[in-house]
Amino acid sequence: MSDFSTWDILRNLLLAARWTVVLSLVSFIGGGLLGTLLLFMRIGKVSAARAFARYYVELFQGTPLLMQLFLAFFGLGLFGVDVPAWLAAGLALVCWSAAFLMEIWRGCVDAVAKGQWEASASLGMGYLQQMRHIILPQAIRIAVPPTVGFSVQVVKGTALTSIIGFVELSKAGTIVTNATFQPFTVYGFVALIYFALCWPLSKSAQVLERKLNVAHRNH
Amino acid sequence: MAYHFDFSWIPDYSGVILKGLAITVELTVVGGLVGLTLGTFCAWGRALGPNWLKPIVGAYVELIRNTPFMIQLFFIFFGLPSIGVHMNELLAANIAMVINLGAYSAEIIRAGIQATPRGQFEAGASLAMSPIQTFRHVILFPSLQRIWPALSSQVIIVMLGSAVVSQIAAEDLTFASNFIQSRTFRAFEAYLLTTVVYLALAVLLRAAMRGIGVIIFPRRRRA
Amino acid sequence: MSLIEITEVRKAFGDNEVLKGINLDVQPGEVIAIIGKSGSGKSTLLRCINGLETINAGSIAVAGAQLLPDELHLRALRLKVGMIFQQFNLFPHLTVGGNVMVSQTVVKKTGKAEAETMARKMLDRVGLGHKFDAYPDELSGGQQQRVAIARALAMEPIALLCDEITSALDPELVQEVLAVVRELAAEGMTLIMVTHEMKFARDVCSRVVFMHQGRVHEIGPPEEVFSNPQTAELKQFLGML
Repeated sequence: MSDFSTWDILRNLLLAARWTVVLSLVSFIGGGLLGTLLLFMRIGKVSAARAFARYYVELFQGTPLLMQLFLAFFGLGLFGVDVPAWLAAGLALVCWSAAFLMEIWRGCVDAVAKGQWEASASLGMGYLQQMRHIILPQAIRIAVPPTVGFSVQVVKGTALTSIIGFVELSKAGTIVTNATFQPFTVYGFVALIYFALCWPLSKSAQVLERKLNVAHRNH
Repeated sequence: MAYHFDFSWIPDYSGVILKGLAITVELTVVGGLVGLTLGTFCAWGRALGPNWLKPIVGAYVELIRNTPFMIQLFFIFFGLPSIGVHMNELLAANIAMVINLGAYSAEIIRAGIQATPRGQFEAGASLAMSPIQTFRHVILFPSLQRIWPALSSQVIIVMLGSAVVSQIAAEDLTFASNFIQSRTFRAFEAYLLTTVVYLALAVLLRAAMRGIGVIIFPRRRRA
Repeated sequence: MSLIEITEVRKAFGDNEVLKGINLDVQPGEVIAIIGKSGSGKSTLLRCINGLETINAGSIAVAGAQLLPDELHLRALRLKVGMIFQQFNLFPHLTVGGNVMVSQTVVKKTGKAEAETMARKMLDRVGLGHKFDAYPDELSGGQQQRVAIARALAMEPIALLCDEITSALDPELVQEVLAVVRELAAEGMTLIMVTHEMKFARDVCSRVVFMHQGRVHEIGPPEEVFSNPQTAELKQFLGML
């Protein structure tokens, strides 16, 4: 049965890992855009929009990503006959990432000292001017490390899309295991490839965070 | 959209749902208790432990935090038997939860420990406490209190992540909804119901963690 | 006509009434020192004048215009009255020059070149023209506070509010900031300052306001207030020092 060499296994997994990377990028960028929109709703002055953004986060952070994938898959299915897995996967991951990114970024806006709001107000700036010129430039600086850190969660989150049939690294792991009967080797490799994708991101988030802390100590 | 929602199957399957709910709660409670204990030990090891221990704990934490939970679960359940380690799906699920939460909570608790003012260690030492005694009696509780909100969020994330154990046929809440949809062909309704149950669980779990926090940190002000 | 008219102003945080009916008229060119124990409401009063706190009752008028809590009126007020904070509150992501220019370009829509000329002039005035391109975290506390003063002056306010502007400074840095304030006073700027520097208040101020439990307890020229306090509370406050 085992005419698969170790190299064959690894090659098949690496080919599938491309789709993990693509889906991660789409989810992260799409989630970032949607998250930005939600952030402005959340910190804005329209109370209905604020409430919407708050419940959105509550909903997506309070339910399993796997359920969101199922609901996207079968929910889209209610509209049409055939839903491609990549569409449901992308949609669910974008919505899920947006919730987490928005919450991270809101924390960064909150972290800008109250004195910055007061000083800019005392200079006659309006709310939008304060945001644009004083608060957001500072919030973005502190947002970089946790945002990079969250990208690791996105990469790992894509693994779940294998369950609704999207063929990426994890799904390839299952397929190759079924063909080779070498689950220990195959899942070991799968884990290592994920690690190779995620660890540099985790590490750079840590380094960025340390740099930021050093820069802030002078204040 | 001419779709008719049909929830009429709920009474017939309430037993299945309740059983799934029980398994999910069991996984969360065991994973939470054992996982946080493991995490506390690892946090101590990485922040204050002997030098030989630090890289071991570090490797464990990094490995777990940078791979998907599902792959960890598959490795334990499908991979380990080929080197002679066999276990049933529920035990595999429990072990995976503990290992996962252990690594995440280790990092969170370590941050709490490292935020302790130096003076606290010095005060402990000046009272002739050993490093372990200082950790146990002076450092640990204020550290946990400092990061309790983050720890609570992590427990909830792990609870929600447990949905994946259905993939090794552990009969949790998600497994129940898979089972129901295969019998009733009401996939969307089945998953919608389960999603609502998970949301309720998350809300309850957050309240429970807050309650536990109030009980184990009575009247301690933040240090 | 008074430049700033404060009439029966009340302010409460929840059940805690911090200002219990304040009356104070400030003439153009006056330098007012507000003194009193912490919790007497001095900082709150100053923050009310700048609209950073909304008052519950009474009225505040600056140069004849009422202070109303909507964005339009607040901006109009803040263009007339500048504020300096205890914690400097410089914008850390902007250079010293950027700090002084940003409100001119954003709020007053001044052109960049013109704003820069004004910024350099104001920085020269506080003795920091050579720090134009430095970032706030490269400056000492005293220098940061002088930049904050330049930043407020660049908006060409008719009055400045100073909220304990030397309290966060190391003792050896206090004088360089007070020297700048002293100069402003000599040039005729209207100043209202909450301060703990009694000697400075005695030397520079035209009137001293002693606040106690949310009320103006005593008010008068410095020589009277300091040499001949009328009430037991003020005597105790001065004796405590």
